[in-house]
Amino acid sequence: MSKLTFILSALMAGSASAFSMTMKAQSGSNLRREILQKGAAIATAAAVPAAAKAYSVPDLNYPFEALEPYIDAPTMKIHHDKHHATYVANINKATEGKEEVDIVALQLNALEAGPAVRNNGGGHYNHAFFWDEMAPPDEAKKTKPSPALEAAINKSFGSLDEMKAAFEARAAPGALFGSGWVWICVSGDELKLVGTPNQDNPLMKGVADSVMFPILGLDVWEHAYYLKYQNRRPEYVSNWWNVVNWDKVSENFAYVTEKKAGVPVRG
Amino acid sequence: MNPHRLIVSAVVATGSSVVTYAAPFELPSLPYGYDALEPFIGKTTLLTHHLKHHAKYVATANTLIESGSALLKNLSQEQIMTAVSSGVELHTENVGLFNNVAQSWNHNFYWHSMKPGGGGKPRGLLADKIEKDFGSYDKLMGEIEKAAMTTFGSGWAWLGFDKKSQKLVVTKTTGAGNPLTDGITPMLTIDVWEHAYYLDYQERRQNYVNAFFAELVNWDFAESNFIAATANDTGETEEL
Repeated sequence: MSKLTFILSALMAGSASAFSMTMKAQSGSNLRREILQKGAAIATAAAVPAAAKAYSVPDLNYPFEALEPYIDAPTMKIHHDKHHATYVANINKATEGKEEVDIVALQLNALEAGPAVRNNGGGHYNHAFFWDEMAPPDEAKKTKPSPALEAAINKSFGSLDEMKAAFEARAAPGALFGSGWVWICVSGDELKLVGTPNQDNPLMKGVADSVMFPILGLDVWEHAYYLKYQNRRPEYVSNWWNVVNWDKVSENFAYVTEKKAGVPVRG
Repeated sequence: MNPHRLIVSAVVATGSSVVTYAAPFELPSLPYGYDALEPFIGKTTLLTHHLKHHAKYVATANTLIESGSALLKNLSQEQIMTAVSSGVELHTENVGLFNNVAQSWNHNFYWHSMKPGGGGKPRGLLADKIEKDFGSYDKLMGEIEKAAMTTFGSGWAWLGFDKKSQKLVVTKTTGAGNPLTDGITPMLTIDVWEHAYYLDYQERRQNYVNAFFAELVNWDFAESNFIAATANDTGETEEL
């Protein structure tokens, strides 16, 4: 075989095998997603007994399109059904055969537990937390911080508007570089603004100065906003206030203030 | 060691066919049209990626350089990255400086790592070296795809040349990270920030990675980097 023929046939073989790989991977991941979706649906329908071994993807409290126009339906669907579902599948895999630990409790030592638990356990908690603090805009605008939360906000930030401004600055692409989350947390008798990379959160020991309890959190991974906002993250962040359910945030504040523990999540 | 000497030695260690000069940096043009990588990377993705993301990194880098140490104004992007990662204080916002300069460099390098009608296998000297260091092209592909798939959050996967061991290596970096700061000269990169593929593939990063290597990868570019890196090693300098 001449060298040229050899190169040509190698090129053809290379592209052919890579192409069939594409096809295989595609159908494989479709199948996996179907199984995931069915698994999640079954788990939700069966009203998970306390002894259930697996973490599950909680249904949203509102339809995928309910947060329009601020967060679009395709984003919500992919975010919930694909991204969140993948974190759940992976944390179930990472904890398989081990003693069952509540998802809130799993956060504390996540850094020591290694990347599978840190990334996927964090991914599950953060997303479950995120869905429940949001509501359709017409409902959200009827909510407001409880008097106790309002007092805490005023004490730590001056006012709600000042807290929002500080939050938006912390969520800007230059301040929270790459993928991550921005949080308002209870720390002692103060509220603190914290940014965390990837799927870390302030419940994890070693992430912030000390363990803190989030009451509000925003996903600024690009997958949270890219279909609608592309590079315009600041617009996504300022629009997001329109779907924040302050009643739920106030509930979160009351819970962590009393229990000194992370807010429980569904799933 | 004084910062000047550190910087000079960092430059000598840097060999690649992509070389930048001092600020203000310009947004380099794409080496092909915005629709040239269709259907594997869509026109909207390339327009946004280049004219919004890449442009913003370049503009922010220039702004930071303007307000930073006087030293900065004479340094290339490669020098700035290496100096900052070695701990040289060039700006009160050293991390932001690094991120924006490195992202300026990384994106330009990424554009060249692809071409319309790319794909296939490496040839020539690079192919021989891959065979030698990885065992086979397939093994290299296994490693680099794994690196691209396991970069959690935002980051990059690279084929690089490690000057110390004189071997090709696969490496991944998070955020704006660049292997130059570990003494590894980049040969090729794939951007796995979500913005690189989200409009076309959403959560299906695997499909993007497959398309990148099957249809877009520019092995000629990787080979030219390999030749530049090994030529540099014998004391010659090459600037393209």
